[in-house]
Amino acid sequence: MSDAELKHISEDYQWGFSDDVEPEVKLKGLTPEVVRTISKLKGEPEWLLEFRLQALETYFAKPWPTWGPDLSELRRQMDDFYYYVKPPAREDARSWDDVPEEIRRTYEKLGIPEAEQKVLAGVGAQYDSEMVYHSIKEELDKKGVIFTSIEDGVREHEDLFRRYFSKVVPPTDNKFAALNSALFSGGSFVYVPPGVDVEVPLQAYFRVNTEGFGQFERTLIIVDEGAKVHYIEGCTAPIYTSEALHTGVIEIVVMDGAESRYTTIQNWPVNMYNLVTQRALVGENAYHMWLDGNLGSKVTMKYPSSILKGRGARSEILSIAFAGDGQHLDTGGKLIFNAPDTSGSIVSKSISKGEGRSSYRGLVKVPPKGERARVNVECDALLVNENSKTDTYPYMEIASDSASVGHEATVSRLADDQIFYLTTRGIPEDEAAALIVRGFIEPVAKELPLEFAVELNRLIELEMEGSVG
Amino acid sequence: MTKTLEIRDLWANVGETPILKGVNLTVPRGEVHALMGPNGAGKSTLGKVIAGDPSYEVVKGEVLLDGENILGLEPDERARKGIFLAFQYPVEVPGVTIANFLRLALQARHGKEVPLTEFYGKLQRAIEVLEWDEAYVTRYLNEGFSGGEKKRNEILQLMVLEPSYAILDETDSGLDIDALKIVAKGVNAMRGPEFGALVITHYQRLLNYIVPDVVHVMMDGRVVKTGDKQLALELEERGYDWLKAEVGA
Repeated sequence: MSDAELKHISEDYQWGFSDDVEPEVKLKGLTPEVVRTISKLKGEPEWLLEFRLQALETYFAKPWPTWGPDLSELRRQMDDFYYYVKPPAREDARSWDDVPEEIRRTYEKLGIPEAEQKVLAGVGAQYDSEMVYHSIKEELDKKGVIFTSIEDGVREHEDLFRRYFSKVVPPTDNKFAALNSALFSGGSFVYVPPGVDVEVPLQAYFRVNTEGFGQFERTLIIVDEGAKVHYIEGCTAPIYTSEALHTGVIEIVVMDGAESRYTTIQNWPVNMYNLVTQRALVGENAYHMWLDGNLGSKVTMKYPSSILKGRGARSEILSIAFAGDGQHLDTGGKLIFNAPDTSGSIVSKSISKGEGRSSYRGLVKVPPKGERARVNVECDALLVNENSKTDTYPYMEIASDSASVGHEATVSRLADDQIFYLTTRGIPEDEAAALIVRGFIEPVAKELPLEFAVELNRLIELEMEGSVG
Repeated sequence: MTKTLEIRDLWANVGETPILKGVNLTVPRGEVHALMGPNGAGKSTLGKVIAGDPSYEVVKGEVLLDGENILGLEPDERARKGIFLAFQYPVEVPGVTIANFLRLALQARHGKEVPLTEFYGKLQRAIEVLEWDEAYVTRYLNEGFSGGEKKRNEILQLMVLEPSYAILDETDSGLDIDALKIVAKGVNAMRGPEFGALVITHYQRLLNYIVPDVVHVMMDGRVVKTGDKQLALELEERGYDWLKAEVGA
């Protein structure tokens, strides 16, 4: 990236500042030694070290994807990343007072402690490789809700952890899931006991500070029978000239009759490769929603998936992607109907601005056992400028005669007549464009909690400044 | 300060083709003027050029809003100064509710936050005059509206935004007589010493309900005749051919 490009991007990206924080540990390179050191620093049981080492072999054995966005630049840099960076902070503090001031200030700038007070049931904050803060409201703690770092999940709830960990997304699933399995550090472990309703959302916030760093958080969420939870993740990083990597794995087990939602507001800077695997196993009459908002990153490859494994299981995948100059967002979702009377939908809204490119990639699979499955897929693309790009890859494998399948795709352009109409009412051109874009994503954005909808609107307004005319 | 909307020797092209060829026209505040003329005379173009439609190129002339030439201003700046164009074909904007959009527009017009109560007060009064259902304001802007609903929505916006000068571009087209009466009621409710309007129409019918102070006739890109409301009746009766002959157009 040239300095001029960087300057242009920095002006648009509000969270591109960095902290002057000296890490305690920095590990470079992709070797079994690095993996052993990570595991040792965490004091992990032997089985987990073996799992990691095996996963590293799987990573090396798996070929690079031959489809989707161009990863050749990333591939060249794989030996140069820092794969583990431990901040100089106590692990997983329970009070913001115990978080070092410089780091705490960053989260204050991001508004995290304030949101925690007002609208959240619990917050986890990750800084580079480690969770530096985790807290949950006392009444939920008393009801037996667990919300800790993944490390504490291993330490304090090893049986529960081991029963579900890597069962939803095994390391062999894809190259980057293998990479995460070898290197994972940070992320959340969540357990909601049967029948408990966590009425307000839990949030995890992922912050990167170190240049040339790869973040590999791992989250495991177990929603027991009839329980309810909404988990939100957000993320930002400083803008550096070199590339960065974020490879998360999220596993969710939604047991019979349970309900869960997982919301992502991804706002990485445009030097970030964001390659994430997210999957939920949905039980009988259970429900899971993925709400996936991708605004930032250089490349994103992310297809939240739901496997409907119990009769009557339901899932919705709502996806928003906003690709500007230098960005390729390859997003969508997967629905696998492995039981009768299951239903699901994918609604994708993508916006491409400047030379940005957004791609919808989706898979719907109904094997013969998915009797009477109902599925609907809708993907709409909005192109802001002449050079903006979009493409659609909807895969459907339907092997059940009784399944009902709907699919609709549209591509539209930000229309001059819409802009003119709104400006003749006194609304400036940039705001008019932002209003049209907000209207375009409204069917998905309305599912966001209010505070996040407001934040999303603000980000879109920033993105649309100077984008037309 | 001169309180007029004055168009002076206005020439405008679309591409290489001249559409307006020296329009002269003055609408003082407090008056409603009708603009009539055959198809292709340039009436709608005049409305769009005044509002600032970028698809037209102004070659020459001035549009003076209370003495200030607004031709160098963007459409939104013109609107904030008090120009309003009711579109012949209002545009659909999915996902944006009428209420949300109008509040943004009103705040832009006033250059400051407008209290919610004040905004809803204005909205409610307009809805009442237009005999509309309040539920419409929570619908997306013009999306799936019938022609008549779209036109009613234009007048709703007019009433909430309270411009100094409104140009109504064939607001009567596609309306049945009941809808026409309601739209006229809205426009008439706006009449007063601080409001001027230019009503573009093909038909005398609308002018039975919005009675104009002055009637202009446009042909081939110019205003060729100006008279009182009798002129509209005469055109209705006799057509445009006699006038063409008279002005040599």
